[in-house]
Amino acid sequence: MSSNIYDFSTLTGSIHTWLSGMMSSGWVIFTEMVLVGLIFLLMYALLGLFLVYLERKVCAIMQNRIGPNRVGKWGLLQTIADLIKLLLKELIPIRKSDALLFNLAPFIVIICSFLAMAALPYAKGLQAIDFNIGVFYVMAVSSLSVVGILLAGWASNSKYSLIGAMRSGAQIVSYELSVGLSLLAIVVFSGTMQLSGIIESQANGWWIFKGHIPAFISFVIFLIASTAEINRGPFDLAEAESELTAGFHTEYSGIKFAFFFLAEYMNMFIVAALGATIFLGGWMPFHVGNWEGFNQIMDFIPSVVWFFAKTFFIILIIMWFKWTFPRLRIDQLLTLEWKYLLPISLFNIVLIAFIVLMGWHF
Amino acid sequence: MESESLILFFIVALILVGGAIIFSTLVAPNSFNPAKSEPYECGIPTEGPAWIQFNVGYYLFAIIYLIFDVETVFLFPWAVVMKSIGMRAFIEIIIFLFILGLGLLYAWKKGALKWV
Repeated sequence: MSSNIYDFSTLTGSIHTWLSGMMSSGWVIFTEMVLVGLIFLLMYALLGLFLVYLERKVCAIMQNRIGPNRVGKWGLLQTIADLIKLLLKELIPIRKSDALLFNLAPFIVIICSFLAMAALPYAKGLQAIDFNIGVFYVMAVSSLSVVGILLAGWASNSKYSLIGAMRSGAQIVSYELSVGLSLLAIVVFSGTMQLSGIIESQANGWWIFKGHIPAFISFVIFLIASTAEINRGPFDLAEAESELTAGFHTEYSGIKFAFFFLAEYMNMFIVAALGATIFLGGWMPFHVGNWEGFNQIMDFIPSVVWFFAKTFFIILIIMWFKWTFPRLRIDQLLTLEWKYLLPISLFNIVLIAFIVLMGWHF
Repeated sequence: MESESLILFFIVALILVGGAIIFSTLVAPNSFNPAKSEPYECGIPTEGPAWIQFNVGYYLFAIIYLIFDVETVFLFPWAVVMKSIGMRAFIEIIIFLFILGLGLLYAWKKGALKWV
């Protein structure tokens, strides 16, 4: 069925042979590295800018406003204008701050989200690095960004920043458990941690449908926990504007602030892409049992469109959360994780192991 | 591509951040003002140091997290081979999660999960 989806590895393979015909193997590797680096750099920047724009538009629609509409058509160039403005703003050094750690923090945050992007499968055969521990790798790298946030809060020598960073630390490490356990559920089903392998296992139906109710429970837990892990509302205690000014990045100005902002949005993209890959089949088209005609039509839609459609579906859900629910208090936040989500996900794992044991999944 | 090419992504991210910060320091205005470089505190002069000892609640949660995160890491290899081993893996994980659950219950009863 999935054989007639365009495989991007033929394209990358032909580029490789074309380059090999022109230069020696060392230069080929160098050129390919530069190409991949440039493509990812471009994609990272464009996605970040687009997500900020999308957030502002979605927020505006939910609050019955128009949103950005001055720069470019429908305000599409607004975030680019903002970026230029931030680039031209002064970088204010903070007196008695820990200068080294203060400057190091934006690097850590950006590098973590950039490394996580490398392992995501964007389309069939279009994946920079296909790790055999893909799920684990993306989880590990994206949770490293808490180090950057803690450093930023600590090094600023400001009370607001410190409180924000401490809250963020407690929150991210707590919710990471639930993210891990909910992803583990699908690893039990598919028997592999390789992201491309998990997608291949969903050729006859996505795990959210194939895995009965436990898979759906883990999807819901994943949504809640990953929203908390990327510090977004209603869990955005780390930068609660009404009480902590801007939380851990209060003291950052200009482009350094922009990097924290960018990393937050890219982390949102990464968790959404991970959720789409693992629960909703990644680039795998939507197939229904033996409706051959329907499946044929679905296969016509390119795999990269499927991937981004599912990812943006999850992103819109996360944005919907932010503009709908009021912010939680820190004790409510930790209670939700430790007394509800964690026991439920532990029990869910046992349930899924039982289903797999009995062979009740499809 | 092999996992060594992660170095490539590391370098690209480094160039992205470093390049933008260097560009910004070159083009952005730079005027020194002692009041401007004070840490922000509602607009009044800062009171006391910010690097202070912190609420023990955060520390307790960090310790419980450490235990549970290591357990999650142990669960991952189990999840991969669960299908192929079958019954024995299932019984073992029930014992494992039972002990883990007891640990959580203990922390709960001791009040470590209560915010103070």
